[in-house]
This record gives sequence, C-alpha cells and structure tokens, in this order.
Amino acid sequence: MEEFFIPKPTRVDYLKAEYGLKSWLLTRDHKRIALLYLYSITFFFLIGSVYAMLIRLELLTPQGDLMQSTTYNKTFTQHGIIMVFFFLIPSIPATLGNFLVPMMIGAKDLAFPRINLLSWYIYLVGGLVTIYALLAGGVDTGWTFYAPFSTTFSNSYVVATGLGIFINGFSSILTGLNFIVTIHTMRAPGMTWFRLPLFIWAHYATSLIMILGTPVIAITILLLAFERFAGIGIFDPAVGGDPVLFQHLFWFYSHPAVYIMVLPGMGVISELIANFSRKNIFGYGFVAFSSLAIAVFGFLVWGHHLFVAGQSIYAGMIFSFLSFAVAIPSAIKVFNWTATLYKASISYETPMLYALGFIGLFTIGGMTGLFLAALATDVHLSDTYFVVAHFHYIMVGGTLLAYLGGLHYWWPKISGRMYPEGWGRFSALVVFVGFNLTFLPQFVMGYMGMPRRYHMYPPEFQVLHVLSTAGASILGVGLLIPVIYLMWSMRYGRIAEANPWHLPGLEWRTQSPPPTENFDVTPVVTWEAYEFAPPEETEVVGTFRE
Amino acid sequence: MTESSVAIDHATSHPALQHHFENMEQQREAGTIGMWVFLVTEIMFFGGMFLAYTLYRSYYPAAFAAASNHLDITLGAINTAVLIVSSFTMALAVYGTQVGRTRMQNICLFLTLVLGLTFLGIKAVEYRSKYEDRLIPGRLIPGREFGPQVAEANDTDPHKLHLRDGASVRQVEMFYWIYFAMTGMHALHMVIGAGLLTVILILSLRGRFSPEYHSPVEISGLYWHFVDIVWIFLFPLLYLLGRHVH
Repeated sequence: MEEFFIPKPTRVDYLKAEYGLKSWLLTRDHKRIALLYLYSITFFFLIGSVYAMLIRLELLTPQGDLMQSTTYNKTFTQHGIIMVFFFLIPSIPATLGNFLVPMMIGAKDLAFPRINLLSWYIYLVGGLVTIYALLAGGVDTGWTFYAPFSTTFSNSYVVATGLGIFINGFSSILTGLNFIVTIHTMRAPGMTWFRLPLFIWAHYATSLIMILGTPVIAITILLLAFERFAGIGIFDPAVGGDPVLFQHLFWFYSHPAVYIMVLPGMGVISELIANFSRKNIFGYGFVAFSSLAIAVFGFLVWGHHLFVAGQSIYAGMIFSFLSFAVAIPSAIKVFNWTATLYKASISYETPMLYALGFIGLFTIGGMTGLFLAALATDVHLSDTYFVVAHFHYIMVGGTLLAYLGGLHYWWPKISGRMYPEGWGRFSALVVFVGFNLTFLPQFVMGYMGMPRRYHMYPPEFQVLHVLSTAGASILGVGLLIPVIYLMWSMRYGRIAEANPWHLPGLEWRTQSPPPTENFDVTPVVTWEAYEFAPPEETEVVGTFRE
Repeated sequence: MTESSVAIDHATSHPALQHHFENMEQQREAGTIGMWVFLVTEIMFFGGMFLAYTLYRSYYPAAFAAASNHLDITLGAINTAVLIVSSFTMALAVYGTQVGRTRMQNICLFLTLVLGLTFLGIKAVEYRSKYEDRLIPGRLIPGREFGPQVAEANDTDPHKLHLRDGASVRQVEMFYWIYFAMTGMHALHMVIGAGLLTVILILSLRGRFSPEYHSPVEISGLYWHFVDIVWIFLFPLLYLLGRHVH
C-alpha cells in the first residue's frame, strides 16, 4: 500500500483546545458544532426509534390490542415527524457536512461560524417545542398535516408541533446558506470547482434545496397554524379555501426534502466507493452534475403525491413524466459507482460494506419509485405499504446507511480513535439483514392491498407483519451496536493516525483530530480529486512543528 | 514552511478581519453572497403567499375587487412614495460610506430610518381603520370576529363594504387574510430592518465604517432594498388591481 503524508500530531487538537461546558456551548468551531449536532440528532433518532418499535409491536397481531386507534395515529405521526425533521434532514449535512465541508476545501471554518452555532440552537429550540407538543398530548395528523383534518377536526397539538417544525426549518436554511457561501468563497488556492470532492458537490446541491424549499414549508405551516388558531379559512373548503393548495405547498418542499435527505448520502457514497476502490471515480463530471440535476428536477415532481387528490389528469401526466426523468441522474450515479468498482482494488472495511449496501438498497428504492410515478399503478398502490416500503428503502436503506458508513469512515478524523473493525463489519451485516427483513415483506403487503396508517388488519397479512416486526428487532440491535462501540471507542479505541486509510483528500492531510484552524497554513491544492499518486509525488501540506 | 503554502499575516490586517478569512476582500464577498442567498430564501417565503393570492384571486375576482376598493389608496400611495425615497437615501448612505463622506453617510442612514418608521406609522393607521370596520379575519382578535357591515344599494358610507355581484362576505374574508398575512409579514420585515438600521447608525456614529470597511452598510442596504421591492409588488396587487371596475 502506498504511503501518504502523515503529519505528526503536534498541535493541540480541537477536542482539547478548550475545556468545560461553556467552551462547547459557545463554540464557533465547525467541528465542535458538528459534534453538538451529532449528539442531539442521535437523541432524536432514539426517540423516533422507540415510536418505530411501538408501531411494529402493535402490528404483530391483527387485532388492535396494544393501543387504540388514536394512540396508534399519534405514534406513527410522531415517528414520522421526529425522524424526518429532526433526524434525516439534519443527519448528514449538519454532522458530517459541518465537520468536513471546510476541511475538504482547505478552509479554517465555515463562512459564518456564529450563524452556524445559531443554527444548532434553533434546531434545539425547535426540537424542545416539538417534544413539549409530544408530552402535552401529541399530534395525530400524520407527518403530512393535511388540511382540513389538521386545521379543523384534529383534537391534538397541531399548532405546537407546527411551531416546532417552523422553528427547526430556519436551522436548515442557515446551514444551507452557510455551505453555499463557504463553497463559493472559502476554497483554498488551487481548489477549483472540478477538484472538489463529490461530497462537496452533493452538499452544494443539497444546500440549494434547503434554501429554496424550506422557506415554502415555513410559510405553509405558519398559515396552517393561523387557520387553526384564528379560525381563518385559508385551506378550509367550508369557507372558500382550497385544501389541495395546502398539498401543493406542502409537497413543493417535502418532495425535494427527500433529496435533502439522500443527496448528502450520495456524496458520502461517492467518497467511499472511490476511496475504498483506490481509484478515481468513473465519470467525475457526470456524478457532480447529476447532483445538481437531482436538485433541479426534484423541484418539478411534487405533483406525483397528488395523483389521487383531485389534481387534473393533465397535470398528473406531466408530473408523472418528470418523476421518471428524475430517475436519470440517480441512475447515472449508480452506474458510475459500479463502473468505478470495475477492476478496482476493493477492500471491505465497514464503511465500504455500508456503501455497497447503499447501492443495492437505493436501487430497489429508486426502481419501486417508478411504480409509484406511473399514473395507472399509483392508483392501486397509493397509500399502501408499498409506498411505506419504497420510501424506507430510500430513507433508511439510503440515507441511514450512508450516514453510518460516513460516520465510520471519518470517525478516526472526528474522534482521533479507531472504531473496532470486527464489530463494525458485524453490525453492518446485521443492519443490512434486519432492514431487508423489515421492509421487503411490506412491498408484498402493499401490493396485496394492505393500506398504511391502520392499526388493525385482516389476519391473512399476519405472517408478513410478523416477519417485518422480526426484521425491525434485528435492525434495532444492529443500530444499537454502533451506538455502544462508537461511544466506547471515543475513550478506549486505538489511537488513529492522521491518514488511516491512506487517501489523498485534504481532510486526511492534517492531524487526527485536527487542530482548531484545521491546517497549520492555508494549503495550496495542486492535485485532482481522488488522485492516487505514488508517494513521492504526493505533496505535503503545511508544516507541523516538531 | 514549504513552498506550497500561503502565509497570512493577520497582525498587519484590518481590525475587522475575522480569523477564518484570508483577507478583507474574501470577507466582504462572503457577506454579500450570504445576504443574496438569504434574500432568495425570502423570495420563496413570500412566494407561498403570492401563490395563494393568485389562486384565490382567480377563484373570487368580484370579491377581491370589492375588498380592494375598500383599502385606502391614498395612504397606500403615500407609503409607496415613502419607501421609494427611503431606498434612495439608503443608496446614498452606502455611497457615502464607500467614498468616505461620513456626514452624508450618517444623515442618510438617519433619514432612511425615519422614513421606515413613517411607513410603519401609516400602516398602523390603516390597520386601525380595518379594525374599526371589523375586517380582521377570523377570530384573530378575540371578541371581534370578522363581520363588516355590508352597504345597501346607493349607500355611499365608505366604512361599509360594497359587495359586487357574485361576491360573498366569506370571499372578502379570503382577501383580508391574504392582505393581513402579506402586509403583516412585510411590516415585520420593516421592523427588523429598522432595528438593523439603528444598529448600523450607532456603529456609523462611532466611526466604525470607512472606505476600507463598509460591507455591513452595503449588506443592510441590500436587505432594505429587498423589503422595499416586496412592497412595490404588494401595492398594485392589493390596492390597484380591479379598482377600475366600477
């Protein structure tokens, strides 16, 4: 294996730069803010997982014996809200993105460090307001808040939950704004656009969706809250409002939001595939621009959520066509990743296992999306478990796997310690098996006509539901293992080198963990992305005082 | 230090340079792009309401025209003029900072602030008359629900609502929630802008800005112009459209 430059850890790293609670709560270091986000989204992930387990337990039997229908409605609503708004959307951008965007482009920090910290506090306030709503009595509208049920008929804490999501939206906006400005203005000398790692391209595309989409959901939820609070008929057909307008506004954000979740994951996977194949990525330009294409097309397909909502058939046809079109850039990515693997020297460390799992599961998730984008089949499959399985393949099989893969891959840089490789590989396999066992049966159920959001079902579905619950239990164990050993490794893990994977990226050319300013001196980039050069040609960045 | 590195000497740089920027030019550029990106998010935020306006105007044209007629066009026009002049003084303030004419910079910032507050004052007068005519939508004001007095034929009382054929009071309420949502959100942005200008004015009086360091004034100016432009769209859409159909 070729040797890359390994700087000696001679400077105080960012974890030891300052001590005490105050030094964390008032930090402006993007790396510390990434860790604050890491802890808080893990907390919300655990809450969301508890709701998921409750759902699966209830569905073990055809009778509604664990909870009543209203409790069940609240359980799946709160599972969705917590997972979508407080885990999936911030997951990769706010943790890995926050940590790595400045390091990968050779900057000392994001362009607006104080706004970065502010975004975490906004996230926290939004989260606390939402938790208040859950504790006060919960919300039962589904995470989609469809009017007029949410505005007129629901007897739950819609306004408080909406307020939590409204506040949280601004943390997303500020993160996106910070990334865009940073990538435009803070690149190190020589770091041209086409030398940027694909992780950066993916985050740039994600940020575009964050700044263009999130304000729309903000005003939509605000109007919804006003309607409920003040009895104004904004979306209420009884007084002249249009409930379909709500669905349009909601999905104008919430469909692109799916790409906020999966695009950063694709960025992570591009890094993992190239680096664990020790090969330049196949078709760099195509992969980079497919991220932007997904961001653009993603804004033009929201109408496929309204095929059965009374949207005109002609609008439906156009949205159906555009939804098929968005499969093209996604397929470009999958083909380029697989082409990168061809004749590569692949090694199967934990991050690579997650990456390979991602490719397979994302492909299934994407292909089943085409069933739903087709007008005729969607009428049959709409609001069934087929839809549930489809988007879980994208959100869990895609985003969550990429997040875990990325977390393992950059863990030595983040914590300065190695995770236990054996446990890592084992849990990656457990997650893969558990995930498929949970959601493959749901495709079958959905195809057979099992509708979503019911806590009772005909007994012939029980076998499939039991399989699904069993899979969810395995998945739960598989997700708990990394939580335990990653916390363990922070203290007891083997000390990591600066460049444990022997890679050329900028983030590996500084010590692990990095000093507060990331680099001793501003690096000058003279190499292409993923350039696996012989050691004598790999340039040293910065000097590390002995 | 190797040859592949760039030295930064922060000791000799401008005191306003933050630690993570290489130089003042980079810092200024980051701030400017940041504000532009923020304004894009603002356009999308208002965009949701513009969409609702377009949709409901096409559903209920007669009610929207009647409700439009009930707005005070004189106060609206005065406010439009006030904002346009304030944009002019803001532009002069930015120019003054760039060329180092401190007196002009301070006076223009002050004038902009006064004009902004004038706008808010006139808006408050308008809101008050809507309150008196019971035009606040829904149950927003407890104990004073939406319930305007509807004029009979040949009744010219300006405080009564003159409905057109095919328009109902409910449809007029749709206009008024849009009116209050849009102008209210705009007024909130004006309040934030006035706060921003106050801070900038205080810093300016303390001599913080110079031709070398003027980006905070410039960036606040961008925000101020944006809020003005929103009003430039709101005024014709809410006050003027459909008014000629008498």
